[in-house]
This record gives sequence, C-alpha cells and structure tokens, in this order.
Amino acid sequence: MARYLISRTLQILLTLFAFICIVYFIVNAQPGDISNVYAMNPELPPDARERLQNQFGLNEPLWKQFLVYVRNVFTGSFGVSFSFYPRTVADVIAERLPRTVALFFTATVFSFYLGFLLGKIIAWRRGGWTEYATTIGGVTLYTVFTPWFALMMIWLFAFKAGWFPIGKFLDPVLWRDAPIEANTLFGRMMLTALALSIVVFVVFVITTRLRIAGARLIQLGSIVASVAVMLGAWRLTGHGHLAWDIVKHMVLPVLTLTLISFAGTMLLTRNSMLETMREDFVLAARAKGLPEKAVRDKHVARNALLPVVTSLVFSLAFAVDGGVIIESVFSWPGMGQTLVSAAVAEDLPLAVGAFVFVGIFVLLAHLAVDVIYVFLDPRIRY
Amino acid sequence: MAVDVAPQEAAPSIRKVRLTLAMRSLRENWSLFLGTRIGVIGLVIIIFYLVLALAHPILMNTVWEERVYDPVVGYAFDETRQPAPPSWNHLLGTDPLGRDVLSQLMHSARTEFLLGLLAAVVTVTIGTTVGAVAAYYGGIIDTILMRFADLMVMMPGISILIVLSALIGVEHFELALIIGILSGFGGASILLKSQALSVVVKPYIEAARAAGGGPLHIIFIHIVPNLLPLSFLYMMFTVTGAIFSEAILSFLGLLDVRMSWGLMIHTTEAAGYLLQVGAYWWLIFPASLSITLLCTSFYLVGRAMDEIVNPRLRRL
Repeated sequence: MARYLISRTLQILLTLFAFICIVYFIVNAQPGDISNVYAMNPELPPDARERLQNQFGLNEPLWKQFLVYVRNVFTGSFGVSFSFYPRTVADVIAERLPRTVALFFTATVFSFYLGFLLGKIIAWRRGGWTEYATTIGGVTLYTVFTPWFALMMIWLFAFKAGWFPIGKFLDPVLWRDAPIEANTLFGRMMLTALALSIVVFVVFVITTRLRIAGARLIQLGSIVASVAVMLGAWRLTGHGHLAWDIVKHMVLPVLTLTLISFAGTMLLTRNSMLETMREDFVLAARAKGLPEKAVRDKHVARNALLPVVTSLVFSLAFAVDGGVIIESVFSWPGMGQTLVSAAVAEDLPLAVGAFVFVGIFVLLAHLAVDVIYVFLDPRIRY
Repeated sequence: MAVDVAPQEAAPSIRKVRLTLAMRSLRENWSLFLGTRIGVIGLVIIIFYLVLALAHPILMNTVWEERVYDPVVGYAFDETRQPAPPSWNHLLGTDPLGRDVLSQLMHSARTEFLLGLLAAVVTVTIGTTVGAVAAYYGGIIDTILMRFADLMVMMPGISILIVLSALIGVEHFELALIIGILSGFGGASILLKSQALSVVVKPYIEAARAAGGGPLHIIFIHIVPNLLPLSFLYMMFTVTGAIFSEAILSFLGLLDVRMSWGLMIHTTEAAGYLLQVGAYWWLIFPASLSITLLCTSFYLVGRAMDEIVNPRLRRL
C-alpha cells in the first residue's frame, strides 16, 4: 500500500505538471494581455501601458513566463490577480472556494442520496411504468437546459411565490450594520455543518456496527438532538439571523442542483444493481427466504455501491469547479463565476489559478477513490 | 452452364453471408430496442426535430417569404408591435427584433443536428482508434495514451469551453471539433480501450496474427469493427453533450454564431423578457424546450442502446 501510494503521488505530480502546461498555454493562446483593457482609455499614456506590461513581466516570451509560473506554483504562489489587484490569486480563491464547496457539496450529497434511493427502486421494478416514468422524468431533468430550468425555479419560487430571495449570497440591507464579516461567519457555519455531519456519521457507524436494537430510533434521536444543540448555540451567538440569511439564499440553488443531477446517480445505481442481481448470492439470499426488501437493501444495494461511490467522490472533486451556469444564474459568488469573470476581464493568472486548483482537487479525489476502494471491497489489494 | 451455377449454390459469396448475418442481427437488435420503450420515445422526438429541420428549406422556398421569415435578417412587417404574440402568420410569434420564432427554431434544428453529428463522429473516430491502438500495443504506448486520457477527463469541460470562447472567437464548426477532441481523447478512449482489451485476447486475433496480418490490418479490420456497437452508443451521449454545450455558450453570448436555440434565449434575455414567463412565453419556452427535448431524446436512445450492447443488463 505504501509503495503504491508513493508511486501514485509521483504520477500525480507529473500529471499536475502536464495539466498546468495545457491549461496555461490554452488560456494564454489568446491575443492581447491585461493592458489591452486600458488601451482605449485616452488618459493612459502609452509609456504607462508599457510600464504595466513590464511590471507584470508580460513583455517576456511566453515560454519564459511559463517557466516562472511553474516555479511559482510548485513553491505555492499563484501570483496576483489583475482584476482584483493587489489581491493575490490564492486570496481570491480562498474567499470564493468555501462558498462553492458549501453549495455544491450539499447539493451533491442530497442528489446522491436521492439518486441511490430511486435507483434501487427502479432496478427492482424493472419494466414497470414506475421505471419508465422515473427514468424519463429523471433524464429530462438531467439533460434540461440548465439556465432555463434555474430561471424557472427562480421565477416560480422566488419571483411568484416569494419564498426565497432571488439569487445572490446575502441580503446587503440586512448586513449593512452587521457586527461580523460575512466570510468569518460563513467559515463558522461551515465548521458547524462539518461538526454536525461528523457526529451523525459516528452515531450511524456505531449503531450499525454494534447491531443495537432500535438503531433507527437512536439515529433519529441523535440527528434531532445535534441539530437542536447547533440551533441553540447559533441563537446564543446573536448572529443567528445573519446565518439564517445565508442559508435562505442557499436553498434554491441547492434544490435546483439536486433536481438536475440526481438522475445520473439513479441510472448508475440502477445499472449497477441490475448487474449485481445476476450474481449467485442474490439467488441464495432469496432461496433462504429473506424478504425482498432485505435482499434489495442488504445484499444487492451494498454490492452495487462501488461505482456509485467512485462517481460520488469525483462529483465532490468537480464541485470545486462549481457549476458555472448555476452560479451565474443565481449570482452566487463562487469559483465558476470567478472563472468566467476572469476570462472575460482577461485576468489570466486568476483563470489559470482557478483551473489549477480544480485540477489539484480532482487528482486528489482520484487518489482518494483508490484508497476508499480498499475499504469498500476487501478483494482489492495494491 | 451447370458448371458455372453449381459452385455458387454450394458456397454463396462471402458478401452475401455477411449481409444476411448483418440483417439478422439488425432485426434482433431492433426488436430489443423496441422493447426498451424509453428508446422509442427518444427516437420519436429525434424524428420530429429531423422533420422540422428538413422542412425549413422547403418552407423557405415555397410558402415563406424570405424578407419576412428569414431566421436572421427577416422582419415581420405585418405586425405592429414586436415581439408579437402567436398568430396565423407567425405560429410561435416573433422575437424582440421582429423575426419569426418558428422559422428560427426550425433553422437552428438543422445546425444542432450537424453540430452534434460532427462532434460525435470526431469523438468516436479518435476514441475508437486510440482505444484500439492502446489495447493492441499495450506497454508504453498504452500508458502514454491513457495518462493523456486521464488529463483530458480532468479538464472541467464547460468551464474550459467558456474560457476558450471568451478569449478566442469560436463558431459551430470549431466548437464541434473542440468537443470532439476533448471527449475523443478523454472519456471515449478510456471506455473503448477497456472494451478493446476484451477483443484483443480473442482467438481470432491470434489467428489473424498467425496468418500474417500486420498491426494496422488487425486493428482496423478485426478490432475496430468489434468496438463499433459501443462507439455508436457513445456517439449518442456525445451528441447530447455537444448540443448542451452549444446552447450554454450561445446563451452566454460567447459564440460567434448567427442563429441557434441558445442565442434565441440570449436575445430574449438581452431584451429583458426573460422573467416575464407568463406574458411572453413564446420567447422562452420553444427554444428552451427544444434544447431540453433534443438532449433528452439522444440520451434516452443512448440508454436504450446501452441495454442492447451490454449483455449484463439484459433481462434474465
């Protein structure tokens, strides 16, 4: 295992280098640079423009710029952003990344849960109208023209019904005299969510491992108790209404994302289940008289989980990339929006930096998948 | 005379045998396809849009006057206010610039089909070749090609396309090529290589090699034909991806195209009618629903073909 991990790490570094190469040259292949943005400005004399180019090293040949860039990346510096000058790229990404991660992790977890649940059912009821209706509905949502669907959701739930705010991350009016910065508060919210999920996860693992009677009740009780503790703690800090504002802004994008992505998991689970259902142990489980539900949930679904988990880990990694479209439609200031605005403003360091960040996460996810496999399937050894 | 006919009756030409076999498997697969139902629904939608696309040039040459119904430069002189609601002259109304929506819809259907087809053909050509070559040679060639495929899969697709089209001008043709290359060297080659691996170990490959067949001969005559069902399946998903990407990019106004479904919604958005769903439905629904339906239908057909190609998914 250790040897495998070392060789994989080396491969990852190599792949990362190749990835940076490709992304850097693709993004830099376009004509012009940041100084073009000021080219039409009559108040900016040509020598000032030249000074700008000199300052950022843009007058050097591209391969030289590239070498400098690679050296900087491997020493941990992504350069300065042109459009957010003088903030560094890492700083901008550090602000945007948590927002995207919070939104897309939540949505990914929801959509995988829903997809797995539905996938199990439609695999079991193959050929019935339940399957056709669910498949067609799911695929339609999966391949729906996302901006239109997101706008319809906004129109319906925010514009007509008025239940949720229309886009954006927070309500500026409410935050005008806020005693705390949004980023700090958001960081604390993420920590709370993390603590909450760890507690629930540990309770679930313990109750299933120990086969305690009434596990369901304990699980449910622990969820209710920890949520109550969390809400109470937020109440005491006095920032509860501000946190609630951010949560309210998250509901609609999370709902939309869940709806448009659950079908992928559903269809994957279904196919994986159908393949597992042919195995002999399923026949054995049925032959010894287990109820259908037990065969489905305990024997087939468990074994069909492997490709679903792979897909989940990759989805979580690509969540860092952020749905460019969802973020634009909901005006959610995350990675996707940063990327687009950077590309439009010719802020090349930020664009490349954002891509490299996504690449690093995806590579790490690749590694994580391989490690998780060993725990999920004892037959796999490295 | 009798001498001429006799050997033909005894051994029908190899072409005839192949044709009979092909027809038989086609018939079997067709009945399997009909049994999936979701595939049939997808096919019906595709045919509907195909008819729309083919009818457009005919209508333009017969019934529709060009200066009124041209999808890009036409103007509905008979309407006093633009955008005009649906009427008998303009079944789906007109857009904010006074152009007929139905004509735009039908005109764009053709472009979407061409785009999807080109992207899919490029993807599958590259994917099949790379997959077969990697599986046949193995070793260092396999490693290089597969690591490159990993790299391509790593690329965040839509984001890369958005950045590219924001920085350099991209049209339909270039877009199809970019999508084809990205997915051809990426997902398609990984999938097709895993299939090719199971073909390479078959006895007939060994036999072909023993009979003196060169690598090129074996790859293109013996391996590639056995990958075709799977690559045809992959084509369907590529078409969905290509149409979807085009719609997104032209909706964001990043593509240099004259007319497409995405651009129709972009025009609606630019004119400020996007959230007036009830009052101006004909500006929003036809184009968005068309994108959704066509993407869905190709995806459904792909799923149905998956059940045919993958024997592990067949009914017990």
